[in-house]
Amino acid sequence: MPEMAGLDEGGPLFAQVAERLAGEIADGGLAEGERVPSTNELAAFYRINPATAAKGINVLADDGLLEKRRGIGMFVATGARRRLLARRRAEFTERYLSPMLSEAARLGIDADELFALIKEAGHERGGVPV
Amino acid sequence: MTPVISVTGLTRRYRDQVALDDVSVTIGAGSITGLLGRNGAGKTTLLRILAGQEFPSSGSVRIFGLPPAENESVLRRLVLVREDQTYPDINVRHALRAASWFHPNWDSALASSLLDDFGVRANKAVKNLSRGQRSALGITIGLAARAAVTLFDEPYAGLDAVARQIFYDRLLADYADFPRTVLLSTHLIDEAAALFENVVVIDRGRVVLDTAADGLRGMVTTVSGPVLAVDSFTEGRPVWERRTLGSQASVVTVGQVSCEDRERARSLGLDLTPLSLQQLVVRASGWSAGAGYLATRTSA
Repeated sequence: MPEMAGLDEGGPLFAQVAERLAGEIADGGLAEGERVPSTNELAAFYRINPATAAKGINVLADDGLLEKRRGIGMFVATGARRRLLARRRAEFTERYLSPMLSEAARLGIDADELFALIKEAGHERGGVPV
Repeated sequence: MTPVISVTGLTRRYRDQVALDDVSVTIGAGSITGLLGRNGAGKTTLLRILAGQEFPSSGSVRIFGLPPAENESVLRRLVLVREDQTYPDINVRHALRAASWFHPNWDSALASSLLDDFGVRANKAVKNLSRGQRSALGITIGLAARAAVTLFDEPYAGLDAVARQIFYDRLLADYADFPRTVLLSTHLIDEAAALFENVVVIDRGRVVLDTAADGLRGMVTTVSGPVLAVDSFTEGRPVWERRTLGSQASVVTVGQVSCEDRERARSLGLDLTPLSLQQLVVRASGWSAGAGYLATRTSA
């Protein structure tokens, strides 16, 4: 299996490329107004077909998170980071809480115990707003 | 998509054997297509016919709208790199020079830098090259030709993993700068999967799958866990394979898995494992009906 810089065969590669880019924008690695790597740069980095990389970029462009500047390339749109963070927040329950609650129910961990575990884990990490 | 290669109803019969059976495929300009299938499936025959080196028994083959056989205007825009390509008794430099005469877009700087990467010396006689070095020479010619139609038929006999990665990286890089129509037949699907925009799977002379590669990822999933839970989860889904061991079951099912499906699997205590392109092709090759089903699902 060749190294695809962290991508895997588990789902469409274009979606994974889009997710990676979105993650970078949300984390501030790619600042608003900054140029996004080109299709060919992404293809070379991830070792994937350029058409697949282009499709990944287009997902974000169609979403208004990237904007095209003719002849120069794609840039992170204004407000992209804020929108991505809002989206992640909206997905927080589904992505993190629901699976945690399913597993807790399976293990017979009740609400009080769960709160205690969250607090404990938070302390170990050096303080989490609980 | 402008079809560069268009094959319709192609059949190739040898004395007592049908190598290609009513094959129809269309391949667009500027794409990398994986030609996949087991040994003896008909991949080499198809590539040789595309390159005008063999003739169809019936059916039509068009490249740039023209039949390739004995057609110089097509063949000058086409290169076929074969597994275990043979060369006359010359050295590497002469082999490259001969190739440069034939291919109008030949890039000799690219050829030298590829030879360097592969560690093949230009003054060495081709007959003294190792098998891997001979493959490297074939790949070098295939890429440096910059032919509008570039066909690779299992081009890496004897090449180690490092050299194969060089091939993939250089192919992608040069393709990005000079897009062309590439057809790569390989049995090392896992390695090459990410290069492909499309895949064509041939089994016993017939096309069993012809679709966008990325659309296949995540399309087939193995669901495993307690029998009752697995059966409840896969109810109403097309099932490719079902195996059980005691109270445990493992079922291969076709179709995208949604977030709700994932959550449901989790609450049922099931494991979901997507099949890689390679695993998928292996199954498609062995079971034409299943592949046909998959093709109709992914083309939608």
